[in-house]
Amino acid sequence: MARLDLSNIRHIYGPPGEGEPQYALRHVNQAFEHGGAYALLGPSGCGKTTLLNIISGLVHPSEGRVRIDGVDVTDKPTEKRNIAQVFQFPVIYDTMTVRENLEFPLRNRGVAAAQIKRRVDEVIEMIGLGALARRRARGLSADEKQKVSLGRGLVREDVSAILFDEPLTVIDPEVKWTLRTQLRELQRRSGMTMIYVTHDQTEALTFASGVVVMHEGQVLQVGSPKDLFEKPAHTFVGYFIGSPGMNVLPTKVDGAALRIGEYFAPLTSEPRLRGNPKLELGIRPEFVRLAAEGIPATIERIEDIGRHRIVRTRMLGHSVTALLQEHEPIPADPHLYFEPEGVHLYADSWRVELSGKPAP
Amino acid sequence: MKPVNHKAWFLVAPVLLLVAISAIIPLMTVVNYSVQYVGSTGKFAWVGDEWYREVLHSEKFWNALWRNLVFSGVILAIQIPLGVLIALNMPRKGWGVPVCLVLMALPLLIPWYVVGMIWQMFGRVDIGLMGVMLRDFGYNYEGDPMDAWFTLILMDVWHWTSLVALLAYAGLVSIPDAYYQAARIDGASKWAVFRFIQLPRLGRVLTIAILLRFMDSFMIFTEPFAVIAGGDPVFLSTELKQTVELGKKAAMSIIYFLIILAVSWVFYAVMTRNDGEPTSADKARGGGA
Repeated sequence: MARLDLSNIRHIYGPPGEGEPQYALRHVNQAFEHGGAYALLGPSGCGKTTLLNIISGLVHPSEGRVRIDGVDVTDKPTEKRNIAQVFQFPVIYDTMTVRENLEFPLRNRGVAAAQIKRRVDEVIEMIGLGALARRRARGLSADEKQKVSLGRGLVREDVSAILFDEPLTVIDPEVKWTLRTQLRELQRRSGMTMIYVTHDQTEALTFASGVVVMHEGQVLQVGSPKDLFEKPAHTFVGYFIGSPGMNVLPTKVDGAALRIGEYFAPLTSEPRLRGNPKLELGIRPEFVRLAAEGIPATIERIEDIGRHRIVRTRMLGHSVTALLQEHEPIPADPHLYFEPEGVHLYADSWRVELSGKPAP
Repeated sequence: MKPVNHKAWFLVAPVLLLVAISAIIPLMTVVNYSVQYVGSTGKFAWVGDEWYREVLHSEKFWNALWRNLVFSGVILAIQIPLGVLIALNMPRKGWGVPVCLVLMALPLLIPWYVVGMIWQMFGRVDIGLMGVMLRDFGYNYEGDPMDAWFTLILMDVWHWTSLVALLAYAGLVSIPDAYYQAARIDGASKWAVFRFIQLPRLGRVLTIAILLRFMDSFMIFTEPFAVIAGGDPVFLSTELKQTVELGKKAAMSIIYFLIILAVSWVFYAVMTRNDGEPTSADKARGGGA
């Protein structure tokens, strides 16, 4: 069990060439606390797998240091780091039986036979491979193979952390849910540090207590699912998390209010800004109300998703999405009203913390 | 009652025609010779299985067959491990890759007969580089069948190991990186990586390599013919060449062909026996689990 620290990590794939370097990771400072359940969330190509491979040592960062419990392991090979990793696609040793596959990481480390047996029995039980334990791994189906890979990741008890790289991609949706819940439970019970890479927000939010949102090689925000929803630190986080994503509109600051065209959206307090940044107003559809007065809008489309209705509107030339409860009426002459606690101000895409002074 | 129409058989006709021209007719002419006596006047006489019996009772035939099998066995025992070893040590990226590939491919581009000539000269005890160097140890391929045997094996290894190496290399580079990464995570030793990842994944290409090398070495003719001109050691092919009677030749050819077919089939069956293993999904469906 351990704490992982990444400091000033940058990474460029391939040899340093001429021109603008293509950073896979731009600048990452991130700590993973002992015993935490983390998710690295971001779209494909945002650098999450690279970050994971840097932690496990499969990739050596171009710059920056990796520390485990304060010890610098940047130059240590994977074998010496005591980290388990499960990959996106199943990797199995197909001439071995399922059981031998699970024993393999322990045998390579010279664990005593009795202990191997006990631990492998536990893991086989946990991932439900009992019936297949004696089978040759080569004949298994894709999701059974991935369970074997998962098992190999879980079998070592003394690891500093277990890294999962979208491990449930090839697994059936129903089994996926069960396995994820089991992983979460296991994490709670064992207190192992787990880092789970995914591009699926539901997966991230249900698995992790700390979600690290990445975009274009940068960490945009680290927080609980609640933080990410209520205070998206970057417009991308607002847009990427939540369904539908946050509305982002160009705006101007006018005292303790934001001005859109000739209309005002009140803020909870007056923002302090430096320089002349690009200003945007962000509001989640949950905080947009359809009212009789406010900013006039036209309704373009209504999508019924069961308990909610998604109302797509056009307001002053911008599209704004609102989320309505099932029976909430839609006024004949709709106006939009932004609830002040849901209004965020973004300067150059980063959220401006509204602090101190309450609104006059 | 349903009307019965056999006209659909005509659809098979083109295939039958092709197979007839490519295989059946040539083979049948040989079969035809093998059961007849061809006289000097060009007259044919039916002799049944006489030629076959004569071949199978001939000591020369069995000696040649035995020699062929040992030759192929030695060749495979050297070339397969050596080829895999070379492939494992070939570079995976950078300028070394094309250099290695071209160097490896060079022996394969030389015509068989030329290879024979090269080694015939190379091994000569009066002017050949190898012959002169080994002369003091009593080496003389023209006088000593064992030395000739040694020369032929060396020549075949030189000529064909790179084929095995190239096939194995192709197999190795097609193994996804994730396997090596997983092995590092699992703390596998270099040997374990070879034993549990590389070797199993090379299975298919090695099957092909073994089959090709077996068939080729079992049919070896040009090189011994070029080097020792049909002298000792005598192989099936050179024995065949020296047989005069048409019928005996034909009978021997058929037996030779059947042996290659049978041995290749056994190799193939043994090496692919695991491929057809049903997946657990199939089993679950079948067993109602």
